[in-house]
Amino acid sequence: MTKLNLWKDITRKWQLYALFALPLIYIIVFKYVPMYGAQIAFKDFNVTKGITGSPWVGFAQFERFFHSHEFWRLLRNTLVVSFYALVASFPFPIILALGLNYVKNERFKKSVQMITYAPYFISLVVLVGLLLQFLDPRTGLVNTLLGWFGLGPYHFMAQASWFKSIYVWSHVWQNTGFACIIYLAALSGIDPALHEAAVMDGATKVQRMRHIDLPGILPIAVILLILNTGQMLETGFEKILLMQNPLNLRTSEVIDTYVYKVGLVSQAMNFSYATAIGLFKAVIGFILLIIVNQTAKQLKQESLW
Amino acid sequence: MHAMKIKEAGADRLFTIVNYCVLTLVMLIVLYPLVYVVSASFSSSSAVLSGRVWLWPVEPTLDGYRAVFKNTMVVRGFMNTIFYTVAGTGINLLFTVLAAYPLSRGDFRGRNMFMLLFVFTMMFSGGLIPTYLLVKDLGMIDTVWSMLIPGALSVWNVIIMRTYFQTTIPGELLEASQLDGCSDFRFLLRIVLPLSGPILAVIALFYAVGHWNQYFNAMIFLKRAELYPLQLILRDILVQNEINIDMLGDAKTAAARQGLRELLKYSLIVVTSVPLLVVYPFVQKFFVKGVMIGSLKG
Repeated sequence: MTKLNLWKDITRKWQLYALFALPLIYIIVFKYVPMYGAQIAFKDFNVTKGITGSPWVGFAQFERFFHSHEFWRLLRNTLVVSFYALVASFPFPIILALGLNYVKNERFKKSVQMITYAPYFISLVVLVGLLLQFLDPRTGLVNTLLGWFGLGPYHFMAQASWFKSIYVWSHVWQNTGFACIIYLAALSGIDPALHEAAVMDGATKVQRMRHIDLPGILPIAVILLILNTGQMLETGFEKILLMQNPLNLRTSEVIDTYVYKVGLVSQAMNFSYATAIGLFKAVIGFILLIIVNQTAKQLKQESLW
Repeated sequence: MHAMKIKEAGADRLFTIVNYCVLTLVMLIVLYPLVYVVSASFSSSSAVLSGRVWLWPVEPTLDGYRAVFKNTMVVRGFMNTIFYTVAGTGINLLFTVLAAYPLSRGDFRGRNMFMLLFVFTMMFSGGLIPTYLLVKDLGMIDTVWSMLIPGALSVWNVIIMRTYFQTTIPGELLEASQLDGCSDFRFLLRIVLPLSGPILAVIALFYAVGHWNQYFNAMIFLKRAELYPLQLILRDILVQNEINIDMLGDAKTAAARQGLRELLKYSLIVVTSVPLLVVYPFVQKFFVKGVMIGSLKG
């Protein structure tokens, strides 16, 4: 009876299912088939035998990775660069939004917004190209400036110790404006009555910012921080790859770039080994995301009072 | 917002001054590198090399742009990128609407299951190598399809669009149309899409930016240089510093070549970045909508 009703209901709305078919096939083919293919991490993949035909080797690929001398360096670089980027890029959009919120001149406000959005639309290739041009030891602007003070020239891009800071601060330059949008929206959602009452009581702008605006956007800031922590390991692989050179590899090689090199670049392409390393990171990332989402959920409930 | 015509008190005045100064500084920090690049691209190569360019073009010339547009690789890359961006964004929008509309309907049976199936792919992926092997098995390597199909859909954008449909298309509208015998196809095409202009514009921009700036997929999937998008050619020139000697044909001496090489980089950066930088201000007012909906997740 109910089964019959269900079937009737579905056939009556067959058009919705017809619409949905194409994206569903896409997701299955391009997202789930690779997950199935990831089993080669536990196999000794051989192109002629294919994914299912290759022999199982258990955790051998993973053991090889954990025992390789690259392991700790890759893990450390990945965690340090992700965490540095996460922490450094957190406060700036909030500060920018708080400042913009007190600008009465609409035209000035719009200009600041439009200009700070711009870097977001520049490609990573161009961004890294800009870094190389500006930091060039002979013709770069930065070294010309430093030269006036009798400093340098420094070959920034060739020094392993500089890599992380250049990566992170260029990220901040590129993304702060765009990331600020959400805080501006949250600020515009704060009840104006709160501000009016505070003005009546003689509160200064700094006090209102401290006691009204900041608490008002705190929930969304915390949620975003937590969500970004969940996505932490996903950031920046394509940019890091562009910034890499043989001289900074010591600090710039991360798990994702290593997977790319082992799997698709090196002479002895090793699909199984590369997939195992990638899977290791995917699992860590997944666990991180689950923990973080649980935390966010609990906080969301708490922040509702 | 605050109707205060009263003169600001001392502390507030100071705050306002400091605030405007800091924001101006922020604006300059963002703007200066961009202005410098544009000015350098219009300056003479000797001025760029000797570091005499600060703000405005020095000894203005169009040498850099001439070298850029004379180069067949760059021009072809530009054309390829336009094609990948237009065709790719079209496919993206089609797939996104097709997925988002049924998922937005409360009476779409199985939608929670489908939603889970979609969202899970945001949290876990098979990884680079299995995806590469799939694209290879599908025979897409070194074809334009590898630039268009593997990234045909972003689940994140599906969620944004689904939420938009749910919150802006009134349920009564659907009921009324159904009473009039309107089919789901017609309703989507005639009612839902015309009401979704802003969100379609934002999502189209997000996708288009992704296509325009894409280099990694092109690097791993494409082998033939005639299929290369602009970013890949740019990478060779800007990052790998591999410049074809033919591109510097006009320059006779080694010093002149070195100069033109630098000039060419600045001109290329401008040529590549200008299209997006011209377009985004037009869609800017809709950003808030797209970003807000995305963060709330429905």
